[in-house]
Amino acid sequence: MWRPGRLVERNALVARRSPALFLAGFAEPVLLLLSIGFGVGGLVEELEHRGSTVPYAEFVAPGLLVVAAMTATAMDVSFTFFIKLKYLKTYDAVMATPLGGRDVAVGELTWSLLRIAVYSTAFLLTMVAFGLVHSWWALGALPVALAVSFAFGGAGLAATTYMRSWVDFDKVWLVLIPQFLFSGVFFPLDRYPGWAATIVRCLPLHQGVEAARQLVLGQPTWAILGHVAYLAIMGAVGLRIASRRIDRLLAP
Amino acid sequence: MAAPAALAAPMRVVEHEWLMTRRLWQGVVFSMFVSPLLMLGAMGLGLGGLVDDGAGVGGTSYLEFVAPGLLAATLVQAAVADSLWPIMAGTTWLRTFHAMVATPLRPRDVQRGLVLWQVMRSSAIASVFLVVAAVLGGISSPWGVLALPAAVLGAVACAAPVAAFAATRETDVSFSLLMRLGVTPVFFFSGVFFPVGELPDALERLIVLSPLFHAVELCRAAASGTASVALVGHVAVLGALLVAGLRWGERTFERRLGV
Repeated sequence: MWRPGRLVERNALVARRSPALFLAGFAEPVLLLLSIGFGVGGLVEELEHRGSTVPYAEFVAPGLLVVAAMTATAMDVSFTFFIKLKYLKTYDAVMATPLGGRDVAVGELTWSLLRIAVYSTAFLLTMVAFGLVHSWWALGALPVALAVSFAFGGAGLAATTYMRSWVDFDKVWLVLIPQFLFSGVFFPLDRYPGWAATIVRCLPLHQGVEAARQLVLGQPTWAILGHVAYLAIMGAVGLRIASRRIDRLLAP
Repeated sequence: MAAPAALAAPMRVVEHEWLMTRRLWQGVVFSMFVSPLLMLGAMGLGLGGLVDDGAGVGGTSYLEFVAPGLLAATLVQAAVADSLWPIMAGTTWLRTFHAMVATPLRPRDVQRGLVLWQVMRSSAIASVFLVVAAVLGGISSPWGVLALPAAVLGAVACAAPVAAFAATRETDVSFSLLMRLGVTPVFFFSGVFFPVGELPDALERLIVLSPLFHAVELCRAAASGTASVALVGHVAVLGALLVAGLRWGERTFERRLGV
């Protein structure tokens, strides 16, 4: 068996014990969609997007898809990973088997990606049920959500290996909350002054929001490849650093 | 003087909470003060721009609509979260509360001290939020200062029963479910982001069950300077919840910490 797969198997066994928490991860983005997409959307006129007008709920839904991927993965690779690393000593046990630091990092990330694949598919189906999807290109939003998850997962694992205590976890929110609020999920970039829009264009979450939105609205451009490449590199670099750090932290 | 004497013991608990907060101030500043203001900026100004391009909300700007709502929601959310895991830490994980009752403090002093601390912490967060909201133009009436006591009332009215419940638990498994399947939906549908009139009728009739709804209504009335008889009802609901929560907590803390 593929070695990181052993860790995935272990996580699946543990997750089976709390199905309600697994469901909660699905409920949250749907609640956001109902509240902001449809509730506030009722107050908003249609939006201009690349020359066509779009109802607000259609504008915001693809952004919520990638936000959910970012948040769920970030929780996996920060809080959950940290508890296992520092308190439960799960990986001390793992390292006593043929598995190494790289297997731990790849295994944790694979597990998170599997979860995100389930959530994202469920959310995309919800969007279809609400009549927010009109193009087959929307299927492409699934790999985009996984790319977001890979990017934040890899970078997050690496960052967590540097954390010393719970106090450092406030920095997780410091990274996530501003991106959640200002990456163009809720309102288009033309609302910002020029310099601020430039900063937003460089944020990792914005890559996912932009790519997913183009696909869901059925107006893909070549820029999507650039967005996905950004996310892939971010994840790969993070994963490499995380693998080495886990080896060093847990070296006997 | 009777009142200060009654508060002398709970104030010891407040002092403990303050010392702990002071050591971890950086995280507190971000999560309690900065993050709600970022939310206000993104929703009130960014999303609000889109809303105001249309008709606004009932004649006011979206910033004026959402600012008092976010104030109430921020305080309630923070107060509830702070009445779950930290209570578990005190009763079970770190057993700080057991150390407290080994002194002349009684279990009910610990409980009252925690509520008193919530009042102070919520007031501090609310003051900063209100000043920034007013500067941005989200508070249109001088009566807006009354949004502070209104939001604090909402926060402690929710914190008291939640702390009472947390003191009965042996593990924290139910806590994240309570936050994610209880507090989060209430946060999204209690009239913070859009008027409850937009909800489906069945949900709109249930909204009186949401304590946050009552707090939001009070804050919004204060921020816009509009009084109505309904406000008495909102205060009464929150007041009743607070008193019931305090009574219940007195018993659960006694049962958990009493000798």
